[in-house]
Amino acid sequence: MSPPDSEPAAGMPQPDPYLEECALFNRQIIRYVQRAAATGLYEIRGLGAKRNLPHFDDLVFLGASLSRYPLEGYREKCSSETILGTRHARRPVRLAMPITIAGMSFGALSANVKEALGRAATELGTSTTTGDGGMTPEERKSSKTLVYQCLPSRYGFDPDDLRKADAIEVVIGQGAKPGGGGMLLGQKVSPRVAAMRTLPAGVDQRSASRHPDWTGPDDLTIKIKELREITDWQVPIYVKVGATRVFHDVKLAVHAGADVIVVDGMQGGTAATQWAFIEHVGIPTLAAVRQAVDALEDMNKKEEVQLVVSGGIRTGADVAKALALGADAVSIGQGVLLALGCNAESFVQDGMHLSAMAEYHKLGTAPGYCHHCQTGRCPVGVTTQDPVLERRLQPAVGAMRVRNYLKTLNMELTMIARACGKQDVHHLEREDLAALTIEAAAMAGVPLAGTSWIPGRS
Amino acid sequence: MVGAVKAEVAPVTFDLKRRSVRELNQFLHGELQGVEKVKVENPDGAHNLAVGLNGPVMVEIAGHAGYYAAGMNKHATVVVHGNAGPGVAENMMSGRVEVAGFASGGAGASARGGVLIIRGDAGLRCGISLKGADIVVGGSVGSFSAFMAQAGRMLICGDAGDGLGDSLYEAVIYVRGKVRSLGADAQVEPMTDADYEAVRGLLDAGGFSHSHREFKRVASAKTLYHWNADANQSY
Repeated sequence: MSPPDSEPAAGMPQPDPYLEECALFNRQIIRYVQRAAATGLYEIRGLGAKRNLPHFDDLVFLGASLSRYPLEGYREKCSSETILGTRHARRPVRLAMPITIAGMSFGALSANVKEALGRAATELGTSTTTGDGGMTPEERKSSKTLVYQCLPSRYGFDPDDLRKADAIEVVIGQGAKPGGGGMLLGQKVSPRVAAMRTLPAGVDQRSASRHPDWTGPDDLTIKIKELREITDWQVPIYVKVGATRVFHDVKLAVHAGADVIVVDGMQGGTAATQWAFIEHVGIPTLAAVRQAVDALEDMNKKEEVQLVVSGGIRTGADVAKALALGADAVSIGQGVLLALGCNAESFVQDGMHLSAMAEYHKLGTAPGYCHHCQTGRCPVGVTTQDPVLERRLQPAVGAMRVRNYLKTLNMELTMIARACGKQDVHHLEREDLAALTIEAAAMAGVPLAGTSWIPGRS
Repeated sequence: MVGAVKAEVAPVTFDLKRRSVRELNQFLHGELQGVEKVKVENPDGAHNLAVGLNGPVMVEIAGHAGYYAAGMNKHATVVVHGNAGPGVAENMMSGRVEVAGFASGGAGASARGGVLIIRGDAGLRCGISLKGADIVVGGSVGSFSAFMAQAGRMLICGDAGDGLGDSLYEAVIYVRGKVRSLGADAQVEPMTDADYEAVRGLLDAGGFSHSHREFKRVASAKTLYHWNADANQSY
């Protein structure tokens, strides 16, 4: 297989430029049909939705001018301190910035990566999150603030780890696959991963989509109480939902007693999920944020329950827009992987940049296109359990890159907040935004730029 | 109040008509020097009784318990002298949990160690996602029991409902009575000497007197361990 950006071989006839490709059955769909016909299996891949969706890029900020008073960009203080879990926990999570690292499993990621994420988060005063498969000693040791996920599979779930956690996240679903369980193909189920998950090594692991010991929101209320009882009401409990019926799900989660709601839009990443699930189930993050905020405001809980938004947060501008729409913090997965070197041409080894191109070619892909996390053959050593490949990501290098990336985002965030006249990034508000498209105006509930029109609301 | 209780000598009695579940659990999570037994009176089906225990204490619940009794138990022995609600001994790590009556759904869900004894029947999804614990049921179990059970053993002295052992991994089920239907990838396998030995041990653990010869073994056919185009809807 040749990479998508390769040139036709010399001497091959070039296609007639006037040949007409069918919009409905285009080359990608033809390839999909023929692949399905050849294998009888759906395609499983990593990362998030690739299609073009309404997103934060479709919003702009209304910076200060005569009617608003800006802060000096480099001199005046703009706080990004963020507190999560003020509702019931004795020890809420206190962060230096509203940008956290999303739950990603040891299994999907190597132990080196988990360690790098913990180090970066600790240096910046933010939190990182475990994933399906439990807590590794590496990440607990390297992370000052670690959120421990309670997932449907309960792989490696351990009350001792629960007691060590700084917050607990009950995962109902994730944006890449709301309604679906986890998946880790055999090539990533190494002996250590298998032992942590109590599985035979090398098995194609399909984890549960429902929690084993509760079924609906009334049960969840009791489950959350159990987690509180076990941890003596010390730490906050988050509830994470994949974005679908967000308005109702957020209300039910608040009713069940959550301190923090995490809403993950359909652009959120995954280590391995069916293609059709990633692209066709769930709603965009932009729409999800507004529905979540509406639910909290409708219940008069906006000040009591914090909202974390994830799914395609890439830049400081994205963070600022999520906050302006009403989020208290964001969570980043794919952006952090890219910072580590995902989809880069090279990897760093003892200060030297070495080419990763040969591994991309083996996977039949290229930098910029790679989504092959599910194979465990990550060319840059991020999403792998292979003992040789995982050495391509050195924890110190990874920690430095993630730290720089998140620091840049926070600088961009405070820059935008100052330009809008805010001394605190949490003072950004919907009134600071305008939409560039009718779709974004309708989803985010902010006026189309240059008008006072919000489709469906005014 | 808790501080005052700490000084007491075993057995300690907690009357839930007068004290809260929070106080009970906080006490059980504290230093329990000298306390060997804690009796919980008037539980009246309260949820989350004796959850997250982490020491070799004995807790006797004098009546019915609600959801998640003895959840995530480690080292402790918890006896429910009544029925238990959903998720009894869920994610137990070690120790022993005993239900004198019936247990509701999800009994022993994802339990990783220790032993759960249920003298009566267990509801739906008993031993779902089991990860290494032993579950001994004196009566029958409801449908979808041992769903996705990964490791550990289940002994069922009565009958099993539909879909027993669906998508099993390495867990093994021993059943004495009838199985209404097996789940995907579960199969009845011949008993070996090691299986009879295991059954004897589990019967002894629960204090049951059935003959080990009456049990059959249900385990994974392992056809779902790897992706397979011909498996169709079994995934």
